[in-house]
Amino acid sequence: MSEWLENHLPKMVLAPSFIAVLVFVYGFIGWTAWVSLTRSKLLPRYEIHGFIQYDRLFASPRWDTAMNNLFIFGALFIVIAMVLGLLLAIMLDQKIRTEGVIRTIYLYPMALSMIVTGTAWKWILNPGLGIEATVRGWGFENFSFDWVVNPDFAIYTIVLAAVWQSSGFVMALFLAGLRSVDGEIIKAAQVDGIPTWRIYTAIIIPSMAPIFLSAFIVLAHLAIKSFDLVIALTGGGPGYATDLPATYMYAMAFSRGDIGQAASSAMIMMLVVFAIVVPYLYSELRAKTDG
Amino acid sequence: MKRSAFAAVSTIALISASAVVAEPQAEVLHWWTSGGEAKSVAVLQQEFADNGGTWTDMPVAGGGGDAAMTALRARVLSGNAPTAVQLKGPAIQEWYEEGVLADISSVAEAEGWADVLPASIAGHMKCDGSWCAAPVNVHRVDWIWANADVLESNGIAMPTTWDEFNAAAEKLAAAGVIPLAHGGQAWQDATVFEAVALGILGAEGFHKAFVELDEATLTSDAMVAVFDQMRTMRGFVDANFSGRDWNLATAMVMNGEAAFQIMGDWAKGEFMAAGKVPGEDFLCASTPGDGFLYNVDSFAMFEVDGEDKKAGQELLAELIVGPSFQEVFNLNKGSIPARTDVSLDAFDSCALLSAADMQASSENGSLLPSYAHGMALRGAQSGAITDVVTAHFNSDMSSADAVAQLAQAVANSY
Repeated sequence: MSEWLENHLPKMVLAPSFIAVLVFVYGFIGWTAWVSLTRSKLLPRYEIHGFIQYDRLFASPRWDTAMNNLFIFGALFIVIAMVLGLLLAIMLDQKIRTEGVIRTIYLYPMALSMIVTGTAWKWILNPGLGIEATVRGWGFENFSFDWVVNPDFAIYTIVLAAVWQSSGFVMALFLAGLRSVDGEIIKAAQVDGIPTWRIYTAIIIPSMAPIFLSAFIVLAHLAIKSFDLVIALTGGGPGYATDLPATYMYAMAFSRGDIGQAASSAMIMMLVVFAIVVPYLYSELRAKTDG
Repeated sequence: MKRSAFAAVSTIALISASAVVAEPQAEVLHWWTSGGEAKSVAVLQQEFADNGGTWTDMPVAGGGGDAAMTALRARVLSGNAPTAVQLKGPAIQEWYEEGVLADISSVAEAEGWADVLPASIAGHMKCDGSWCAAPVNVHRVDWIWANADVLESNGIAMPTTWDEFNAAAEKLAAAGVIPLAHGGQAWQDATVFEAVALGILGAEGFHKAFVELDEATLTSDAMVAVFDQMRTMRGFVDANFSGRDWNLATAMVMNGEAAFQIMGDWAKGEFMAAGKVPGEDFLCASTPGDGFLYNVDSFAMFEVDGEDKKAGQELLAELIVGPSFQEVFNLNKGSIPARTDVSLDAFDSCALLSAADMQASSENGSLLPSYAHGMALRGAQSGAITDVVTAHFNSDMSSADAVAQLAQAVANSY
């Protein structure tokens, strides 16, 4: 009996969460896929109508804008947050005296919710209240910084706020990575008279590849599911210039009673996530079997 | 505080009325939770309790009713619909088609609703010929509000055509006043747009475009002119308008920073709350052009089990359309009664104008549903139009492109 328990206890303990994941994640992905093939409006219906919702989705200029915004936002957010995070981490790694304090300061934005970040930046960027008004108040009458109300530039304000929020967290990740590099190798390089920047580019950064991958995955999924920041900062505006797929889906499902359309946009979002995560999982699994 | 007082009152009513067999029960889903609105719905709660009913309040705030609709969807799908739900416009028929609405024709016929409600508003309350919803109020959407002092000191009269409006706005801009207070949110862009469309297309054209979705009208030259006027209006708002809430825009008119605002009569509530007097401190008029765009709040009754709940629906429907509630509620809310035989003695001059115009436009067929406030079209179609309107207003899109996109967006919305 006790032997049987010993063998089966792990499975029994894991079973509830396994079933929960099966139903609430994969079950509902399947349900959404089904609904995305129907003409569901206010309530879900289950008669299949082919790919009509996807045709509608790809014919919608608003969805186009949302996808373009996702790529602009995603690319800039990930690249800038990683570059800034790395630079901050390297600077902090110079064995400076107040490291603890500075590290805390840079990490703090991460403690705020995106809603708070979005609202604060909305006021900072507002031409009548924030930076523009302040600089003009100093006497520079021609100073202009109206990105948040300019449909062509508003998406960059989202990048700005998101980078501000997340680069401290990326810094912490990289700092841990820098600290994990074997000190012996670095000392050996220093003895050989190799300049510091070469030590970083040729030894330390290459040995941190897994950290880069982790940071990328974390930032990429933050970018794809971004919703609250847009709602707080611009509300998707001006017009729908800062719409992202997540806000599009919300509008269709909850404001317009167009559930089929919302489901099809959710499926496309999931495919984008898959396109990023599957290669990652593949490389992870391959590394495991190789080892 | 108030709420708990009402809870106490209804508990007493519950105890005293426990002898009655089918005691009316109503669970009411609504999103009237802010100041004046909460006060207005409390009036209904009170009347319901006075008539021996038990009211279960289910307020769901957020997203202009989006959150309440999500809650409703969950309740209907779980087979446990609320007794009555704040619903309006074609959404009533949309829910009816899902087969979940109850028939309240017996109350409507006994109370003679058909005789006291304007025909086009009564139309919204019917599903396949039977009554399924009760109207609460009539908001007029096509209002233009103005700061009286600003107009007087610049020698401007309330505009009666869009050309007059443009001329006045240019004069005001030259004088350093923001001509039009506006908040750059999609629904506010749509509100201005439909007022302009009513003025330029006329009542018949408006009906064709935004009720029938007639493609020829949507792509007509007149529609191009509507977008041209929107482009002109874009020049009359300040640089800072993006994302501004409507009540902040109203405040700009109130303190003389801006001259005009185009907004439904809920804006009047803001003026009144600040102690301003209509006709003296601020002026109200219909936007240039003939017609009346209404936004009618109503309660739809859902199919429920149990005699007590059905009795609750009937009592609720009777009270909602009853003259005393229509008067008290609308005094609180800033709108006008949906029934035309209510005494208007206690109402202000703007409400009197609204009521007179509603009567007149009902007779000549220009009493029209507001598209921007979900009265004319279903969510998917009105949303598609709003997307084009707001994209045009907030970019440098040409009017011709906007019209082409409009027809395409409407076709793509089914």
